[in-house]
Amino acid sequence: MNSLLLAEISRPDFPVLTAIVVLPMIGAVLLSLLPRSRPDLVKQVAILISTTVGAMSVWVLVQFETGAAAAEFQFADHQTWISSLGISWSLGVDGISLFLVVLTGVLFPIAMIAVDEKHDLKSYYAWILVLETGCMGAFLALDLFAFFVAFEIVLIPMYFLIAKWGHGDRAYAATKFFIYTMVGSALMFVGIVALVFLNSSATGGPLTFDLQTLANNQALSTTTARWIFLSFALAFAVKVPLFPVHTWLPDAHTNAPTAGSVILAGVMLKLGTYGFLRFGIYLFPEAAVYFAPMLITLGVIGIIYGAIVATMQRDLKRLVAYSSIAHLGFILIGAFALNTQGLEGSLLQMVNHGLSTGALFLLVGMIYERRHTREIDQLGGLQKPAPMLAAAFMIVMLSSVGLPGLNGFVGEFLILLGSFAAHRWWAVVAATGVILAAVYLLWAYQRVFHGPAEGDNATMPDLTAKEGLVLLSLISMIVFLGVYPKPVLDRMEPAVDALISHVETNVPRFNEPEAEHLEPVHLEDLITEHEETSSEGSHD
Amino acid sequence: MFAQLDVVPVESPEVIWAGLIPIIALAGGAMLLVMFRSVVKHLPAGYESPATTAIGPVTVAVAYVLGGIAGHDLPFDGVRADIGDGWFYLGFALVLAVSALFVWTLDIGLDAAFTLGVSVVALTATWMLWIDRTTVDGAFNSIGDQIGVDGFSLVFTGIMAVAVGLTALLLDDYIDREGVGGVEMYVLLMLSAAGGVVMASANDLIVLFLGLETLSIAVYVLAAIHTRRIESQEAGLKYFVLGGFSSAFLLYGIAFVYGATGSTNLIAIRDFLDTNTLLDDAMLLAGFGLLLVGLGFKVAAVPFHSWTPDVYQGSPTPVVGYMASAVKAAGFAAIVRVFVVTFGAYRLEWQPAVYVLAILTLGLGSILAVVQRDTKRMLAYSSISHAGFILVGVQAASDRGTAAVVFYAAAYTFLVIGSFAVLTVVSGPGDRATSLEDLDGLASRRPALALAFTVFLLAQAGVPLTTGFVAKFEVIAAAVEARSYWLAIVAMLTAVISAFLYLRIVLAMYVGTSSDEVLAQPKRRVPTAAILVIGIAFVVTIGFGLVPDPIDQMARDAVPQLVAAG
Repeated sequence: MNSLLLAEISRPDFPVLTAIVVLPMIGAVLLSLLPRSRPDLVKQVAILISTTVGAMSVWVLVQFETGAAAAEFQFADHQTWISSLGISWSLGVDGISLFLVVLTGVLFPIAMIAVDEKHDLKSYYAWILVLETGCMGAFLALDLFAFFVAFEIVLIPMYFLIAKWGHGDRAYAATKFFIYTMVGSALMFVGIVALVFLNSSATGGPLTFDLQTLANNQALSTTTARWIFLSFALAFAVKVPLFPVHTWLPDAHTNAPTAGSVILAGVMLKLGTYGFLRFGIYLFPEAAVYFAPMLITLGVIGIIYGAIVATMQRDLKRLVAYSSIAHLGFILIGAFALNTQGLEGSLLQMVNHGLSTGALFLLVGMIYERRHTREIDQLGGLQKPAPMLAAAFMIVMLSSVGLPGLNGFVGEFLILLGSFAAHRWWAVVAATGVILAAVYLLWAYQRVFHGPAEGDNATMPDLTAKEGLVLLSLISMIVFLGVYPKPVLDRMEPAVDALISHVETNVPRFNEPEAEHLEPVHLEDLITEHEETSSEGSHD
Repeated sequence: MFAQLDVVPVESPEVIWAGLIPIIALAGGAMLLVMFRSVVKHLPAGYESPATTAIGPVTVAVAYVLGGIAGHDLPFDGVRADIGDGWFYLGFALVLAVSALFVWTLDIGLDAAFTLGVSVVALTATWMLWIDRTTVDGAFNSIGDQIGVDGFSLVFTGIMAVAVGLTALLLDDYIDREGVGGVEMYVLLMLSAAGGVVMASANDLIVLFLGLETLSIAVYVLAAIHTRRIESQEAGLKYFVLGGFSSAFLLYGIAFVYGATGSTNLIAIRDFLDTNTLLDDAMLLAGFGLLLVGLGFKVAAVPFHSWTPDVYQGSPTPVVGYMASAVKAAGFAAIVRVFVVTFGAYRLEWQPAVYVLAILTLGLGSILAVVQRDTKRMLAYSSISHAGFILVGVQAASDRGTAAVVFYAAAYTFLVIGSFAVLTVVSGPGDRATSLEDLDGLASRRPALALAFTVFLLAQAGVPLTTGFVAKFEVIAAAVEARSYWLAIVAMLTAVISAFLYLRIVLAMYVGTSSDEVLAQPKRRVPTAAILVIGIAFVVTIGFGLVPDPIDQMARDAVPQLVAAG
């Protein structure tokens, strides 16, 4: 009784998800009305708005009901948008999207606070806020039309951020980014419309773009579903990016402004992997199972290819960009292992990658700010003049490498566990990617921070208090997720299990071949076991 | 001896005048203006400005009365009943005052104000007919069964009226700046729009041809009116010669269809085709082909597009906006009326032809657009690829397809007039500065203009939250419903190619830097009227992009009906 009352009080009818999506857009309009002559005011208002959005997303996290309810869409908000086509403004959050929403909510203010852009602050912050609307909308949308709108709209602000505030060949990078992504989504657009019309003619019902209805109907024939899945998969593969449609990413990342890179790597790449989970697997379970080997193969190629190319980079930012391709490959093979461990690891790794790669891009940006170069050859011995920066870089890099005790380890471990159960040999190959990651990142660290500091390198200033605080907040999350991922995994698990049982009910003979003679692995046991062994180890 | 001859009475057709008010307003307005200006070249000093201001309240009053005649009730009768006569007349007086103030603020000449007034009157009458269409009359015919007044023709009438009003606002400053033309531009504009309305509501192939010629001849002259630009002369001549050529095709097509079906009346043709099976349909199919060529020329479908780039580049910029919106819309209205509705029974025969035409138009329009250096040429090719998109909606040959055509035409009208409004302002004295280099750094010189242009271009690229996106969505939905998946995919892929072109313009504005030469030029004030045009286009593009339901509803109500003669 009491708890019921409490639930009612703490969950008023306030459409918090709509507010999360719309507030940044309102903020962007607000910013454009502020006077150009007050850049400080512009910045404060922008940060205030994105912090408010971040606070709301954390509030959603706190209020999120765990247990079986985590598999349901909570805070659902539903409004009719275009009535004749059955399109609605439909938002909701479940265990799969929850942490991506929180990641977005947290990473945006961090990127805005950490980086001081020099020119045209008004439009700069306005575009970032529009970007936040798009990202939040894509993670929260439960209507295919609304999702597509959000998925497409993120291109515009990111295009301008790269083209206007970027470095190097920014116009080329921005256009390449835009065109690549748009080709992918153009086909998905036809796919979405085809899915909706075919569903309606197969069931005899009215047109609907509602995700859950479409997923539950499963009205399409196997072949049609496979074709439409491919159209979705191409859009998401470009966004992830998956080998061989990844070539926009190094250019976009290298030439984007620091905040752009942080958001691009931290949040936007997850639109692709999230899309695979939420739309690919959920809407087309049979096609997902059918194409899983192909996608996993591409993911594994991405892991090895990204790692090898990263090793050879001379530009520190490009190196981090290629490492992203490798990491996203891991996330993909975890997702298409289609078992609890793989999917959970994949989801967790999305958050991890957002935190650690976001932090890496911030650090690279800070070095560039001080030294005006990102060439690894021209850097060296930075540890001496900037020990704090070096320490922060070290921790973040180790999280990216997957050192136990930091977040990257938990995610990669779960992914490898899951994919080993599903596709043993691919998991073995992918595991070598972990070693390669250690090679290129440690080697880069060694070249940049060790050795004698010469010339400008010797006088490079260390972190300022603000930069330190920003990095500290990211690092504390990295450590927390590495040491105690249970609360996060607890909230993911019901939703992930629901997705898997959705696949199992809709795909006959799923899970029969390899996986059956493996003992079912219980996640909690594994993690506690691991924690025990590691603590034992430290006692010895 | 004479008494033995039977006097055969000439049967006069039944004319429902109410349905003709938009046409009468446009054509009559043109006549009034040209007569007035041929008598009074210049009003005495000091009278011009009050006369212009007076046009505001006069327009409101005339629109109120004519709107009342067009509909069964006076406009806002419901409001009047609700708030009582006293308040209503007070409000009406207020509106009159505001309209005077509005025209005064706009700071435009008498001719432009008059043309704007005519467009408002036509729009009001159309709107009243639109309301009546569902509540009282349904669709009906006027002048016998020659002119059809249905939801479809009314929407296109509205599009014509809007295009006339917006173009007139742009022409005002353009005429001052370039020192060319004068009242004849407004007159021709209104006449051509009247022709467009006739085309969109024609129930007879001959009436359709008359409308098309009225529309075209006026536009040929408009294209050539910038007498000091050799390109403008070239555009006019080219348009005229090729246009005449295509009219011949159209006429020949009409003759073949008449030969095959025994009538030029669309209702009679439809009934004939619905109830008879032709043993030898070669003549009918030849007629289809020739009609498609003739109308395809008007909407610039590939391979009948070759006039477009030159004509768009050479013609006065505001006129290009009108050509790309109103002329194209009228062409598509005719295509839908003739092919989708009248030849509906033979859709399996003409659909493949339109399919091929659509693919060619989409592909060539978008690919050739990319290699251009002149923005007007770029937008010419982009308008070709938009025509391809609309053809995709035609090809579906369904109610959804027709609704998509209507939606696309309505959305594109605002997009393209907005785009050319920006170009009119930046093209500077001489109407020349339209190359990509001239737009370099526009964002730092004129941020608001650059932002508006960006929105129009991105909307044309089909970016969400704009009407351009919803329009593409409706077309793709129609194609998918008709199971034309490959056509839908080709359309979307060419949209990406076009996006590259729009991005080039956007990049030039935001990333390019203005040359010193451009910066040294004195900055001309943007005329208020042009700001209004750009503002309206901007608000419509974003507003209905966010909330597309009203236009979507309108488009689905705008289904053409061929009402059998009663």
